[in-house]
Formats: sequence, structure tokens, C-alpha cells
Amino acid sequence: MEFKNLKLSKKTTFVIWVLIIAFIIAAPSILPVFRLNLLGRYLSLAIVALGVDLIWGFTGLLSLGQGIFFALGGYCAAMYLQITSSSEFPNNIPEFFGLYGVDNLPFFWEPFRSPIFSLFAIWVIPALVAGILGFLVFRNRIKGVYFSILTQAALLVFFNFFNGQQKLINGTNGLKTDVTQLFGQMVGSESIQRMFFWFTALLVIAAWFFSKWVVKGRFGNILIGIRDDEPRVRFTGYNPVLFKTIIFSIAGGLAGISGALYTVQSGIVSPQFMTVPFSIEMVIWVAVGGRGTLLGAILGAVLINYAKSLVSEALPASWMFIQGGLFILVVTALPEGVLGWLQGEGPRNLLQKLGLKRKIETYPSLEIKNETEGLKNE
Amino acid sequence: MNKNTNSLLSLENISVSFEGFLALNDLNLSLKKGELRAVIGPNGAGKTTFLDVITGKVKPTKGDVFFKGKSLIGRKEHKIARLGVGRKFQSPRVFENLTVKENLEISVSTPKSPLNLINKKIKNDQLDEIEHLMKVINLSKKINSKAGALSHGQKQWLEIAMLLGQKPDLMLVDEPVAGLTDEETDLTADLLKSLSGDNTVVVIDHDMEFIRRLDSNVSVLNQGTVLCEGTMDTIQNDKKVIDVYLGRPEE
Repeated sequence: MEFKNLKLSKKTTFVIWVLIIAFIIAAPSILPVFRLNLLGRYLSLAIVALGVDLIWGFTGLLSLGQGIFFALGGYCAAMYLQITSSSEFPNNIPEFFGLYGVDNLPFFWEPFRSPIFSLFAIWVIPALVAGILGFLVFRNRIKGVYFSILTQAALLVFFNFFNGQQKLINGTNGLKTDVTQLFGQMVGSESIQRMFFWFTALLVIAAWFFSKWVVKGRFGNILIGIRDDEPRVRFTGYNPVLFKTIIFSIAGGLAGISGALYTVQSGIVSPQFMTVPFSIEMVIWVAVGGRGTLLGAILGAVLINYAKSLVSEALPASWMFIQGGLFILVVTALPEGVLGWLQGEGPRNLLQKLGLKRKIETYPSLEIKNETEGLKNE
Repeated sequence: MNKNTNSLLSLENISVSFEGFLALNDLNLSLKKGELRAVIGPNGAGKTTFLDVITGKVKPTKGDVFFKGKSLIGRKEHKIARLGVGRKFQSPRVFENLTVKENLEISVSTPKSPLNLINKKIKNDQLDEIEHLMKVINLSKKINSKAGALSHGQKQWLEIAMLLGQKPDLMLVDEPVAGLTDEETDLTADLLKSLSGDNTVVVIDHDMEFIRRLDSNVSVLNQGTVLCEGTMDTIQNDKKVIDVYLGRPEE
């Protein structure tokens, strides 16, 4: 896999952001409530995609288990909403416990009565789990395909565990949030959903700024160094384990925030958030948008999901084929994703192929790839 | 324990076995501070494994390595690097997706902790150091171009500059002139010579003219052990060396 380090020019980034912000501001007045809610959900997915871009696009860690952290964030948010809205139910505990004859609240629910604890838990718990998992894996120098397989296996472990715990978290049914109360109103009500839309839009922008800050400068350069030649980083005196653990933990925290926002806007969190295809889709959004561009992750997540819902309405069951085709197209024709293609030589090459632009002359020697490249990974 | 206190680095009875094959066989070698030492040997003599043992990439099956009086065995690569052992690889290994300046920043930055890198700007004296290194390797004009776009020779030099930027007490330089022009080879030899004295340098190479130009002590490795040590003239007249490596004079 070859990575190019893509730096979007300031102008392109600015133009894209103006368009995004204009659209976000206009959206509530031009979109019907249903569509606005969908857009809000997809914007929240952009945050998990930013995390995937940080660990995969920049650091070269292809995680197929981001669903774990996404779901953990969602569960934290849902537990808070359920426990604070449970006063009218028997024993003052969430309704579903009655179905399984549970009278006492499991201990780990208690702290979620506190809004402040819950607000922190949404990102701290996923970040901690990611940090611990990451540290154990990276310390043992597990990388590449083995890392991907391991994250997917971890995802399945979490999925099966959550699926089976009816008495603790309602198992496979998940936790509903739309009929809970927040600020004295139903979470599923239009006004609260509108508020969540704005909140999500702001957090996407904040997450982008944060990610940008993380990858700019020397820290980001070390991440790129780890991606391209990890032993070299090590021999220069840096400990890649620390850097990888930190970035994996950051991506986990972003996934948690994303999962919480997605949960409150879709009305339920369930182990379905931890299915294998969903975590793979996150990677596809980033691949299509453009690895290592950050903005590409946001555009990929929002546009692909929006397309998914439009296509699924018109032609049910055809989306999987389109998504598969899209991924194949990107891997074969646009290995740097749409933004990477736009930013690189893509448009010019296309114009040349169509005969609309003259080829630039180049020395034949410039085309020759560095022959020592194969020796690098002895 | 016959630790020689005068020596910066000493390898004592090092053996490395890869599934029964002895890449290094009871190797003994010691370096004084400020020394420039060339290491030559035929393919498979264990030259690169010798560097791998010092830098912590390979654990020896037997023996010990002392650097500044401390044993290096069991230390992680990045810890050994921080102790002051720098390594330049056989094929130039620079970070091709980063600019020349960013490559040098990675090498000169201290402390090398994530926290320092993420929230602090690079120090001024480190920027001066980068300026200085750019001049040494003559790449000042390319400061903001991607390292991947440099020529082979420029990459070799950039990697040498990165090595210098680490300010190591011991520099291990593996085939620094592979693929360089004659002129570049001469310049590299002069650069390495000028470094010794303040720095301790080990150079591994095949190029006899280059080694001769270094004008240093030479260790000849063969089958994982030191066959002979001495000046270029001494080893060129050594019968054992001629047999295994240099070949007969008419060649």
C-alpha cells in the first residue's frame, strides 16, 4: 500500500469549508425534519471517520474495530438518558429491567445519574479502552494485517458480550433514547433533535480543528514516519508504542463522541453498532473521501451515508452493490480517494486523456521509481 | 568481565544464531572514543548483523555489548538510540513523504516524548542546528521539498545529516556511498573523516577506494568473526584476507 502525504491547499480547504458551513446553516430551513435528522446522524458519523483517518490515513493502523468505541460512547449517553428518565418506573430503574426481574440497579449504572460524569464518560471510557487495548497490541509489535484481524476479533468479542447481557444492558434489544427526557422534553421531539443537529455540526468542526492540531507539526510528522518506516523512527530514538497508543486512544475518544451523537439522533443504541460490516464501512468512507486529508473523511462519511439513504429509498437492496463497486473503484482508480485525486495530478491527467490539455514534458528518468524501495522492509 | 574502560564500545564474544546458522561467531571488537573504524567483509560475513546487535534489533545468543560501560543487551532500540548510538541504513531511509526540513526536525528534536512534540514549538537552537546541517549537506535550497523527490545521492546525504542531528556518540554508517558518484563518494569520505575525533564512527562498506580514502583502521569480518585488524596496507598484505575477500592482485 502506498501512501502519499496529501496536504490540501489552504484555498481548497477554505472553499470546501465555506460550502459545508453554508449548507449546515441552510439545512434546517430547506430540509424536512426527517432529512435534517438524517443529516445530523451522518454528520455525527463524520467524527468517527476523522478518528479512522488519524489512525489509518496518518499512522497506517487499519482498525476494523472502531465500532467498539462508537458503541461504548452510545451506551454511555443512553444509560444517562435512561437512568434520569426512570422515575415513573418500578424501583425507579429503567423499564427494561422489569422484563428480566431485576430489582436493583447494576452498580455500574449508578455514576450515570450524574450529567457531568456522563459527559466525560462518553469520550473518556472509549478512549481508555482503546488506549489499553492499543498499548497491549502495540507493545507486542503486532502490526499490519495482524492488527486489523485482532481489532476485528475484539469487535466480535464486544458484540457477543453486549448481545448476551439482558440483565445488565438489555442485550440484543439495546437501549432506547427517543422516549427519554432531556431538559423536560422528549429526546425524540423536534426541538431537541434540532438542538442536537446544531450541536453535532459544531462538534464536527471542533473535531476537525482538534485533528488538524494533532497532525500538524512534529507529532504528526512522527505519525507519518511510523506509517512509512516504523523501525527508522525507533532508531531515531522515538518510542512508536507511545505514539500509536496515544493516537489510537484519541481515535477511540472521537468514536465515542460520534457514537453518543448518533445514538441520541437515531433513538437507540444496540449491539448492532458493533457488527463487522459497520466498522468496515467506516474505513470505506475514509478511503473514498481520501486518506490522510481529514476533510475527505468528513465528506466521505456524510456523502456516502446520504447517498445510501437516498439509493435505498429508490432501489431497495441495491445499495450493497453500489457500495462494493464504489470501494473497488476507489482502490483501483482513485487510490488516494476523491479529495486526494482532486488535489493531486488527477484532474490534469483526466483532461490530458480527453485530449483537452497538452501533456507536460518530462524527463524519462523522472518516471523511474526508486529501485531501493524494495529493500526497505527487510 | 574484562570491560575495557578506555573503549566507548566493546563487543565481547558475541554470537548470533539464526536457526542454527551462525551469523556472528564469537566476535570481539572494541572501539576507542573518537576513532574512525572501517568494517569490511564479503557478503554474508555478518556486517549488518553486527550493526543489528549494537542497535538492539537482534539479540545475541551469547556474549555482551558494552557502550559507555553499560550493557546494551535487552535494551529497546529507541533506548539505545537515546543513549547515543546513531545508525544510517544501507539503502537511504529518509521519510519520503516529509520535507527535508521535517526530516531534520525529527532527528534534532529532544526530548523525544509525544507530549513535548505535540504542544511545544521546536527550540531555536534546534532550528539553528537544522540550518547548519542543511549547509553541511548542501541542501539549503531544497529545504521545503519532499525527501522523496531528492536524488539518490541527496537522500544518502540527508540521512547522514539526520544521523548528525541526533548528536550520537557513536555513529554506525552502513554503506554510505552505495550508488553515489565518484565526486560524491570523495565528499562523503572527507565528511566522515572530519567527524572522527569528536565522534566515534564505524563505516561499513565494500568500496575499497572509499575505505582507503578514509585512512583509518580496518576490521575484516568473515563468517561472523574478525579475521584481521589493522591499517589498509596491513590488511591488504594479509594472506588470509586476500584469500577470502580481496582476491588475487591481478583481479
